[in-house]
Amino acid sequence: MAEYLTLFISAVIVNNFVLTRFLGLCIFFGVSKNLSASLGMGMAVTAVITLSSTLAWLVYNLVLVPLHLTFLTTVVFVVLIASFVQLLEMVTKKFTPALYNMWGIYLLLIATNCVVLGVPLINVESNFSLAKSVVHTIGAGVGFAVAITLMASLREKLILADVPKPLEGLGVAFILAGMLALSFLGFSGMIAI
Amino acid sequence: MKELWDIYKKGLILENPIFVLALSLCPALAVTSSAINALTMGLTVLFVITANNTVVSLIRNLVNPKVRVPVYIVSIATIVTVAQLVLQAYFPLLYKALGIYLALVVVFAIILARAEVFASKNNVVRSFFDGFGMGSGFAIAMVIIGACREIIGSGTFFGLKIMPASYNAPLLLILPAGGFILIGYLIGGWRMLAQYIEKSKA
Repeated sequence: MAEYLTLFISAVIVNNFVLTRFLGLCIFFGVSKNLSASLGMGMAVTAVITLSSTLAWLVYNLVLVPLHLTFLTTVVFVVLIASFVQLLEMVTKKFTPALYNMWGIYLLLIATNCVVLGVPLINVESNFSLAKSVVHTIGAGVGFAVAITLMASLREKLILADVPKPLEGLGVAFILAGMLALSFLGFSGMIAI
Repeated sequence: MKELWDIYKKGLILENPIFVLALSLCPALAVTSSAINALTMGLTVLFVITANNTVVSLIRNLVNPKVRVPVYIVSIATIVTVAQLVLQAYFPLLYKALGIYLALVVVFAIILARAEVFASKNNVVRSFFDGFGMGSGFAIAMVIIGACREIIGSGTFFGLKIMPASYNAPLLLILPAGGFILIGYLIGGWRMLAQYIEKSKA
């Protein structure tokens, strides 16, 4: 049990996927202008990567490894995840329209995204068991949600600041993310794996 | 010729994929702690985007528009796999250093964006130069970031020691946080450069 807890906390804080592994930066900078959109995005990403990386783990270990097709991992994963997200979109649209209206637009954005493909790849590369890979993935999703929510609340404050003209928008957002990454650096060494 | 040069050069500065369009940011931070890694990643993306633009442009009239995105993704993933296998065979150390980010080239927004915006509507030669220009802009930006981080953060350039022995390298630039901050300032600098070019034209 302690092992799983360590893995989870490490994925959320110590090895935060956005701030120390740089996955999902496009969404991180694109959506974090607005706090409520960031919360929605964080939850949508968590849900999607948990489901899709479980699926990817099963396909990798039950199909690709026995057939010695691991060199096809990249192609298979990207097609698998993109079609899975499409399917998820259709299913939520049909059966839970309320949920779709809330999160539908995020689903399209994350169909081909670094974090959604990166997490399953890290899972199979680290040879995690199924349970471990689920815990690790949920941790990655929660870590993404934490980072993007923090960033959005900081950027909302930044609107009032007087920023030098060339740095406006993206430039200052990067510097802000650097400060955030610096504070997350304080957690390193807290857990050793 | 003039037209092809115009297509090529817009990716270099005015529409630079990293500094201006802000697409494909993951690799710009993840593999730029040394110049050689940044260069390898830059050349890989240059290869993938040029090859993919050519392929997409060749098949643009055969693909039903409804299924175009999945077709583009499969094409990109195949080319990336080729690049992965070549690097693994001939440059195993660099392959290891780039790690998972090499596989992630598949989902770089810039590659899909060029296929969708440019290659699906233009002929092969124009698409080739568009991909080549965007790829070059990407590679140049990567090397600039990598060189800054390596020179300031560890006092070396492509592994050669260039700073005096007494130079006390600030570790921050090698760390993730320093990468973010440096790119923030580089984006600002790039914007000033682009404005200057546009002004001198007018």
